Amino acid sequence: MELLLDSLFNGVAIGSVLLVAALGLAIVFGLMGVINLAHGELMMLGAYTTYVTQLIFKLPILKPFYNSYIIVSIFLAFIVSGVVGILLEKTIIRKLYGSPLETLLATWGVSLILQQFVRSVPLAYGTGLVISLIIGLFLPTTFPSKIKESINFKYFKFSSWIFAALTGVLTGSVISSTVSKLSRASARNVDVTAPSWMRGQVEIIGTAFPKTRLMIIVITLISVIAITLFLNQSAWGMRIRAVTQNRQMSDCLGISTEKVDIITFGIGSGLAGVAGVAVSLLGSVGPNVGGNYIVGCFMVVVLGGVGNLLGTVLASFGIGIMTDLIGAGRLLSIWPDMPIPLSNTINFFATTSMARVMIFALIVIFLQFKPTGLFPQKGRMVEN
Amino acid sequence: MSLSKIKFDKKIVLSFWIILIALIVAAPTLLPVFRLNLLGRYLSLSIVALGVDLIWGYTGLLSLGQGIFFALGGYCAAMYLQITSSSEFPNNIPEFFALYGVEKLPFFWEPFRSPVFTFFAIWIIPALVAGLIGFLVFRNRIKGVYFSILTQASLLVFFNFFNGQQKLINGTNGLKTDVTQLFGQMVGSESMQRLFFWITTVLVIAAWFFAKWVVKGRFGNILIGIRDDEPRVRFTGYNPVIFKTIIFSIAGGLAGISGALYTVQSGIVSPQFMTVPFSIEMVIWVAVGGRGTLLGAILGAVFINYAKSLVSEALPASWMFIQGGLFILVVTALPEGVLGWIQGDGPRNLLQRFGLKRKIETYPSLEVNNKDGNNE
Repeated sequence: MELLLDSLFNGVAIGSVLLVAALGLAIVFGLMGVINLAHGELMMLGAYTTYVTQLIFKLPILKPFYNSYIIVSIFLAFIVSGVVGILLEKTIIRKLYGSPLETLLATWGVSLILQQFVRSVPLAYGTGLVISLIIGLFLPTTFPSKIKESINFKYFKFSSWIFAALTGVLTGSVISSTVSKLSRASARNVDVTAPSWMRGQVEIIGTAFPKTRLMIIVITLISVIAITLFLNQSAWGMRIRAVTQNRQMSDCLGISTEKVDIITFGIGSGLAGVAGVAVSLLGSVGPNVGGNYIVGCFMVVVLGGVGNLLGTVLASFGIGIMTDLIGAGRLLSIWPDMPIPLSNTINFFATTSMARVMIFALIVIFLQFKPTGLFPQKGRMVEN
Repeated sequence: MSLSKIKFDKKIVLSFWIILIALIVAAPTLLPVFRLNLLGRYLSLSIVALGVDLIWGYTGLLSLGQGIFFALGGYCAAMYLQITSSSEFPNNIPEFFALYGVEKLPFFWEPFRSPVFTFFAIWIIPALVAGLIGFLVFRNRIKGVYFSILTQASLLVFFNFFNGQQKLINGTNGLKTDVTQLFGQMVGSESMQRLFFWITTVLVIAAWFFAKWVVKGRFGNILIGIRDDEPRVRFTGYNPVIFKTIIFSIAGGLAGISGALYTVQSGIVSPQFMTVPFSIEMVIWVAVGGRGTLLGAILGAVFINYAKSLVSEALPASWMFIQGGLFILVVTALPEGVLGWIQGDGPRNLLQRFGLKRKIETYPSLEVNNKDGNNE
C-alpha cells in the first residue's frame, strides 16, 4: 500500500511537471497548428525570472516579503514569457501560418538566439529589455480610444516606445548597480532556493512527500483549471475556440483573428513561463534547461491527441507514472520472485535514460494502433 | 517552389565547374593538413545533406533524426577499426572493455571482424533502420510535423541508448579511431588523412550523381508529387508508403556513409553525433544551400560548416546568434535557399529593383499559363 502510494505520488509529480510544460505547447499547437521549438527556451526565461525575482526580494526594502517571492514570480514569469511570445508572434510566426514545418525551423533559430542571449547578456540588462518590451507593447493599448483612432496615433506609439526604452535602460542600470550577481553575464548555472516554508517534507498517511513537489502539483492544478475556465467560460476563450474550428467563418462574423492569434500565443508562452518556475524548483537553472523538456512535451501533445486538453492531462500523467514504474524498477519490488530473464530485462531499463528509451518506444508502438493519439479530432478531411 | 529553371550562360557554368575542380585538385597541396582535414570532414557532411535534400527538398519529409543513421554508420566503421587493432590488448578485445570488467566480446561485435561485412554494414544497417522506422511511421499516414516530432523522439531513444551502455559500446565516451590501424598505418596519420580526403571527394561526386539519378524520371516525379499533394498521388493509384520508405532508407544509407567518413576523419564517434541540435543543423545546410537543388545541399553543407569553424575561432559567442539568425532568415526571406534564389527569378528581380534591367511585362494570364507549361 505504502509502496503503491509512493509510486503513484512520484508518477504524479513527474507527470505534473510534464503537464505544466506541455500545457502551453498543447494550446499553441492544438489551436494554432504552430510548432514552437522555442517553448523550452520560454520555460528557461520563466526559470530565470524566478531567479531574478528571488535576488530582488533579497534587497533590504523587500526583505520582509521574501517568503512570498515564489508566488510573485509565478505571475512575473507568466508576463515575461508571454510578452516574449507575443513579440515572437508579431515579428516571425505571423508570416508563417499554414506552414508548420517552417515555423519549426524558425522557432529553433529563435531558441538558439535566446540561449545565447542568456549566456552573453547580463541578466540585469535582460530584465531591463523585457520591461521596455512590456511597456512598449502595452502602453499604446491603454490610451483612450479617441487618441487610438486619430491619425497621429503612430506618433503616440513611437513616443511610448521611446519612453519604454528609457525606462528599460534605467531599470537595467539600477538593478545592475544594486544586485551585483546580476551585473555580469555568465554561462554558469544558477540556483533558486525555495523559501523556508517550502522546504522539508509533509507526511500524509505515513509517507513523506517533499513540499516543493507538492507545490509543483498545486501550480499545475491551478494552471489547468484556469486555462479550462478561460477557454470555456470567457468571451475570448469562445473566440479562440471559434477560430480553431473555422477560421474563415469566424473572420466573417467579426472576430478579429489577428487578436485571437496574439492572445493564444501569448497565453501559451506565458504558461511556458509558469512551467519555468516549476522547473526552477527542481534543479539548477541554465541556458539549456528548456531543451531537456521539449521532446517530452511534444510526445505528451502527440499522445494526448491534438487540440484536446483532457488528452494532454491523461497523457502526461500516464507518461509520468510509467516513467516512475520503469525507471525505478518498481515492478521488481511489487513482484519480487518473477522469472530471471524478465527481472533482468526490467533491471536493464531501470535507469532514467533507459526508462526514456522504453517510454518513447512504447509511445511509438501505441501510435501504431492509434495514430492520432488518445482523443483524435473528428472530421472527414483528407488532410487535417 | 517552381520547377522552372533559367538556363544559365554555358560559359558561366563551365567556368564554375573548372574553378571548383581546380580547387579540389589543388586543395591537398595548398592547404595545411589541419585545414584539409576540416575540408574533408565538411565534404563528408555534404553526403548526409544530400540525403536530407532527397527526403525534405524532393519528398517533403522533414526528418529531425538523420543523426541516428549518421552515427550508426560511424559506429560501424569505428567498431571494425577498434577490433582489427585490438590484438595487443587483453582477451584480444578493444581496450575500453577492460575498464568495465567485460571479458567477452558482445555478440553484435563479432561480424565486424570482417572488412567485407563492415563495408556493407556501413550503409546497409542505417538504411535498414531508416526503412523500418520510416515504414512504421508512414504506414499509419503520420506525416508533416508529426513525422518530424517522431523522428526527433527516435533520435533521443538512440542517443539515450548509446549514451547509457558503457559495457556494450563505451557509452558517452564514444569509440576512438585515430590511434587504430588500417592497412598497417595509423588512421590519424597524415598520409591516411590525405587518402580519406580523396575517398571523400570521390564519394561525394558519386553520391551526387546517384541522387541526380534518383530524382530523375518517374520515381523522382512521384516523390515531387508526394511533396506537393500526397492524397492526389494516392488517388491516382500509387502507394506513397512504398516510395516514402524507399527514399527514407536511401537517405539513411547516405547518412551512414557520411557518418563513417566523418568518423575516420575526426578520429572519434560518440553519442554526440545523435544530439538534437546536430540533426537540425543538417536541415539548415540544405535550407541555406537551396532545397530541391542537389548541388545546393553540397555547397550549403561545406560553406556553412567552414563559416562555422572560422567564426567560432574568431568570436566563439557569436556563432549561435548567426546560426539562429540564419534559420529565421532562410525561412522568412529566402525559402528557396541561395542556389534556388540564383536559379529562380532572384537576380533578375534584384537588378530590376535597382533599375538595371528592364521589367518584362506580360499579361497575368500569360504568366500563369507559362508557369504551368514549364512543369515538364
